[in-house]
Amino acid sequence: MAMAKRKSSGGDAADASDALVKHYRDMLLIRRFEEKAGQMYGMGLIGGFCHLYIGQEAVVVGMQAAIRPTDSVITSYRDHGHMLACGMEARGVMAELTGRAGGYSKGKGGSMHMFSRETNFYGGHGIVAAQVPLGTGLAFSYKYRGNDGVALTYLGDGAVNQGQVHESFNMAALWKLPCIYVIENNKYGMGTAVQRASAGTELFRRGQAYGIPGLAVDGMNVIAVKEAADKAVAHCRAGKGPYILEMNTYRYRGHSMSDPAKYRTKEEVERMRSQHDPIDQMRKLLLERKLIDEDGLKQIDREIKGIVTDAADFAQTSPEPDAAELYTDVLVEA
Amino acid sequence: MPIQVLMPALSPTMTEGKLVKWLKQPGDAIKAGQAIAEIETDKATMEVEAVDEGTLGKILVAAGTEGVKVNTPIAVILGEGESTAAMDVAPTPKAVPAPAAKPALTAAAPRPAASAPAAADEAYAGAKMVTLTVRDALRDAMAEEMRRDGDVFLMGEEVAEYQGAYKVSQGLLAEFGARRVIDTPITEHGFAGLATGAAFTRLRPIVEFMTFNFAMQAVDHIINSAAKTLYMSGGQMGASIVFRGPNGAASRVGAQHSQCYASWYAHCPGLKVVAPWNAADAKGLLKAAIRDPNPVIFLENEIMYGQSFPVPDHPDFVLPIGQAKIERAGTDVTITAFSIMVGKALQAANVLAAEGISAEVINLRTLRPLDTATIVASVAKTNRLVSVEEGWPFAGIGSELCVLMMEQAFDHLDAPVARVAGVDVPLPYAANLEKLALPQADHIVAAAKQVCYRA
Repeated sequence: MAMAKRKSSGGDAADASDALVKHYRDMLLIRRFEEKAGQMYGMGLIGGFCHLYIGQEAVVVGMQAAIRPTDSVITSYRDHGHMLACGMEARGVMAELTGRAGGYSKGKGGSMHMFSRETNFYGGHGIVAAQVPLGTGLAFSYKYRGNDGVALTYLGDGAVNQGQVHESFNMAALWKLPCIYVIENNKYGMGTAVQRASAGTELFRRGQAYGIPGLAVDGMNVIAVKEAADKAVAHCRAGKGPYILEMNTYRYRGHSMSDPAKYRTKEEVERMRSQHDPIDQMRKLLLERKLIDEDGLKQIDREIKGIVTDAADFAQTSPEPDAAELYTDVLVEA
Repeated sequence: MPIQVLMPALSPTMTEGKLVKWLKQPGDAIKAGQAIAEIETDKATMEVEAVDEGTLGKILVAAGTEGVKVNTPIAVILGEGESTAAMDVAPTPKAVPAPAAKPALTAAAPRPAASAPAAADEAYAGAKMVTLTVRDALRDAMAEEMRRDGDVFLMGEEVAEYQGAYKVSQGLLAEFGARRVIDTPITEHGFAGLATGAAFTRLRPIVEFMTFNFAMQAVDHIINSAAKTLYMSGGQMGASIVFRGPNGAASRVGAQHSQCYASWYAHCPGLKVVAPWNAADAKGLLKAAIRDPNPVIFLENEIMYGQSFPVPDHPDFVLPIGQAKIERAGTDVTITAFSIMVGKALQAANVLAAEGISAEVINLRTLRPLDTATIVASVAKTNRLVSVEEGWPFAGIGSELCVLMMEQAFDHLDAPVARVAGVDVPLPYAANLEKLALPQADHIVAAAKQVCYRA
């Protein structure tokens, strides 16, 4: 699966319209993929921990639209959406979830540990906030090599209180590294609400002590995300150092599949779903501006259903990894 | 085609659950993502969400039913224009595959091929020798590799302008500049992670820890990020990175600054662990570590930094990781040691020789992968083994050697393997107590006599 290719240009306005349709499509792909993953988890086809991205789709889709293929992305364990946004194939991701040889890590990584050098996706990390110094290192690498690449380092609201986040902010600011820290504030670090975990809940201010500019963004609105991302990317490419974007977003599902999410009310979830859903908002906008009609939407639905069904089939028919794989990839043979 | 809704597993351990109640009734329209039922798992009560759109055709498991097995059909959803009559042909989703048989835990993992001992050093036997301190040998190794490969850089506390807390990086800033010799803030967790991220992009960082004691702050990145990523990525993305610095006791710096981490790191797959003794080891092995495509833990010793040894004066002197060196040949007892303890073992061998016991001293050089073949070959000759290390005895390198000898040299042993190790206490400050806590040549002599039944 490749993300929708931009159609032939018909001027800036047409490009912008195409971009909005593509945002819609890319968000819908993540939503449907995650719903399918949840279903397959329920069937016992996916094991262990599985953290779904449903509700937060606008964040990765908007961010990805602002960067180049040579830029890099790293995140924590709620990573399926990031991988799809990076252009990783749905089949390979789903097959990794089912622990099959056709998965991105040959079945040896699982939901939380997938990588793709080809698309500059650097994981998929299971320790809260560990990806933050790692992502800062990706940014260091751009600077060391003297090119203008940018590293997108995603972290959640739960990660911001880890010491290594501040260690990273400090080094990134000190050395003017081209790193965008995208804080996906989905309001709960597992079951703990932000205000119960963080003294100072305006997370975009967390870089203030280091002189890192920060911006709070409506993370349920892909257009707002893209605009903020453009600003941050320009800042980084100009050699001005890191940038913090706090994406105010929401996850509809529990922290992981086994989380009943009793720490919040159904009304709260329902309100976010019915009033702030990133995909519904974009669908409405596309129809209002007549950028697409119902038939066009159905066509996208069908295309995505096809991709997700194909991914699910592949993930169930791809063989389990060969027993000999147990011993491979521990070390690179020199 | 009608779609069966199956009883979902909502936790990694759930095998069955109670269907508490239905939130939708037959005939109700259903959208993807809508809650249709409530079930009680082994952990909590949760909602079942529909994945497919349509109309709830039929409820197959009544509300209140307990012990509903995972994957049991609980309802049928009808697509557009489908009638309940179609329900009888609703396909059963593919069964959950049986988990693959787990390999037995006792199965022997493939072991590294036996190495030809000492071949590496013989390759430089004819080379002219120069005398270098361990400190300068380490510096020369880094400088040579940085000249050779522009992707190699050094990062750590006080490595640049201060010229190294222990002067190991003296002169490197002047030659390579601040881009490649980088002073970090005091932020071990942060810079170990940053360097590992840089290594993911195929740069080749050398991370200096002022001492390995401080690397405990960074151990998550060393293990979880550097050592495991190659495996977790199915071989796509590894880290060619060296973590180096002084390890073990220095002199009178107390418990928090005096610990040997050899067995900690040697425990972990995905790492190589090297512990040089003299200047030749330091230079040849550090060059190998920098060139190695894997994460290498390079355990130096502060007390050794100022000691001088001959080093082959060869532009490309590199010692292979994974090969031990027989420092002194002998016939009566094998003594293994690494790092500073090699010197103590050689002292002990001199004392033993005077008493008529011929000791073979093996400098392990690498702890992972361990050159087991060289040790086994030596024990086959001497039939006795004394393991020496500065670290604590429990679950130490010596413990591992005991097991390896049982597994691979049991029939050769004429005595139980003896361990000489640091005393099982945090290292004390008082001079007399510190000396008592660390292995000395006398302890090695006593252990060798014991296994030779000459006590």
